[in-house]
Amino acid sequence: MPTTLEEIRRVRLTDVVSECKDFTSLWFRDPWAAEGRPGQYIMAWIPGLDEVPMSLSTIDEGGLSSITVRSVGEATEALSALEPGDGIGVRGPFGNGYRAEGRRPLMVAGGSGAASLAPLVKEMLAGGAKPTFVLGARSSDQLVFMDRYRKMLGDGLVVSTDDGSMGYSGYASRCAAELMERGGFDHVYTCGPELMMVMVFRDAESAGLPVQASLERFIKCASGLCGACAVGPYRVCKDGPVFDSAMLREIRGEFGSTKMDLSGRAVPVDH
Amino acid sequence: MSKLSLAVDVAGLRLRNPVMNAAGVLGMSPPILKRVYDSGAGGVVTKSVGPVPRKGHQNPTLVRVSCGALNAMGLPNPGDDYYSDEIRALKGMGVPTVASFFGGSVHEFAEVARKLTEAGADALELNASCPNVVDELGMLAADAGNVEKVTAAVKDETRLPVFVKLSPNVTSIKDVARAAEWGGADAITAVNTLMGIAIDVDFRRPVLTNTTGGLSGPAVKPVALRCVWEVSEAVDIPVIGCGGVTTWTDAVEYLLAGASALEVGTAVMTHGFQVYGEIAEGIGAYMAENGFSRVEEVVGLAHDAGRDTKSKVDRCSIRV
Repeated sequence: MPTTLEEIRRVRLTDVVSECKDFTSLWFRDPWAAEGRPGQYIMAWIPGLDEVPMSLSTIDEGGLSSITVRSVGEATEALSALEPGDGIGVRGPFGNGYRAEGRRPLMVAGGSGAASLAPLVKEMLAGGAKPTFVLGARSSDQLVFMDRYRKMLGDGLVVSTDDGSMGYSGYASRCAAELMERGGFDHVYTCGPELMMVMVFRDAESAGLPVQASLERFIKCASGLCGACAVGPYRVCKDGPVFDSAMLREIRGEFGSTKMDLSGRAVPVDH
Repeated sequence: MSKLSLAVDVAGLRLRNPVMNAAGVLGMSPPILKRVYDSGAGGVVTKSVGPVPRKGHQNPTLVRVSCGALNAMGLPNPGDDYYSDEIRALKGMGVPTVASFFGGSVHEFAEVARKLTEAGADALELNASCPNVVDELGMLAADAGNVEKVTAAVKDETRLPVFVKLSPNVTSIKDVARAAEWGGADAITAVNTLMGIAIDVDFRRPVLTNTTGGLSGPAVKPVALRCVWEVSEAVDIPVIGCGGVTTWTDAVEYLLAGASALEVGTAVMTHGFQVYGEIAEGIGAYMAENGFSRVEEVVGLAHDAGRDTKSKVDRCSIRV
């Protein structure tokens, strides 16, 4: 049996839940994941196929944790097709995770970004903070965890869709900008498409608000060793995935513009 | 006594101290290698660069094992043309840079070496020993004749010091080291990873997509140290030690075994970036305590003691 969180162990899925279009949560029991912090990720191994980084979307609910997978490629499609009782390999949790700061945080999630912020919302609510949460998606059928966030946050939840099919009509970053203009926040958290996060960061800088943003890159070793996920002088796998304002200023040239592909070439970020 | 200095000159490569990162560790992009240098390394070694971009192997590419890690990254790199700009950037930041490189043929090795020389690298490290692309490229370091041939071809294309990095996965590393020396190598880096495998008992299959990988970390240190010992006795050119160096005592062991400089890899996984500065400082403290003023005074000292011991034993056996 593994004795450290770095080692791979097999977990059996206790539940597989379809959240909304393209998004599926995989639940499992693992003592190390249960001790993870909001914003940390595990490496999920699908034997014979791939191993991919996945943020913890639930941490220790009665010993169970979850990841929430967006079906976008071979590995995530295979994960989404799993059934209760199936086994996957996991190692971790890895990375720095979010620091819970501020009493009136503004949180901005786009697409699958809603997954990694959920455990943070839970932790901050328990600490007495009053978050305002912008849940953004392209369309109403892609709003991840809407019911879960509604239950936790009530009026603190602001739904935003690019196509206007529900809630605020337009980009989540634009919705967040309007909220920041109104004021009343002391911290900003964001996770989602990088072009959204770079806008949120820009507006928060203007408003003088500290930011924590969770970045995504190709992660290979997940141990801070190979450098495949480097952004500026930082390794997303180990120094991140959560970057604070000081780190984001340092990587200004790359953040929102380029990332390394699997060979180490700088290519434009996806979104 | 003259002032203590950690500076070394390894076959013409001048470093402020003898500690570098190992090739493939953090060597993807200039800012992260700059951070290695700022953390106290004497110089940096790039990711191994080849003639064309490679994505490397599919994950899992690394698995933790007892006292180390097993990896099969599969030589991901953006290609020599692209990486030439990265080397220029590093040199622009004032970082002494060793460009690690490989090829699939004698011609490719020579051609990549020429490009990386033009890009302004301070030295070249010829990766003759990646264990993870054997099916595609073969393992050059397994054949002494090939090592000599490739080294000679590379030397014809560059005026830079060429370090030939050898594999421990051979019957006689001494023979391969001598072949590199005959081919004109300026130094030997010993050694690359030790070939291994990890199997998951639940899934009942190898963990790495590549099936086998290269073992690194404290687990390989005694083997790598023995390789440095043997190579330093076999050749007259300097040796750069690599394999499980985690603390300054490991580093001093390597110096005593005959290494003129060191490459630190897996320790960054367990000890972070500060490991480079800590090892360099530890070597300095050891030298101060023992009355050494230059690193080269320490290099190979254990061989003298080894000879003394042997002769004493011989005398004893004669007496008996």
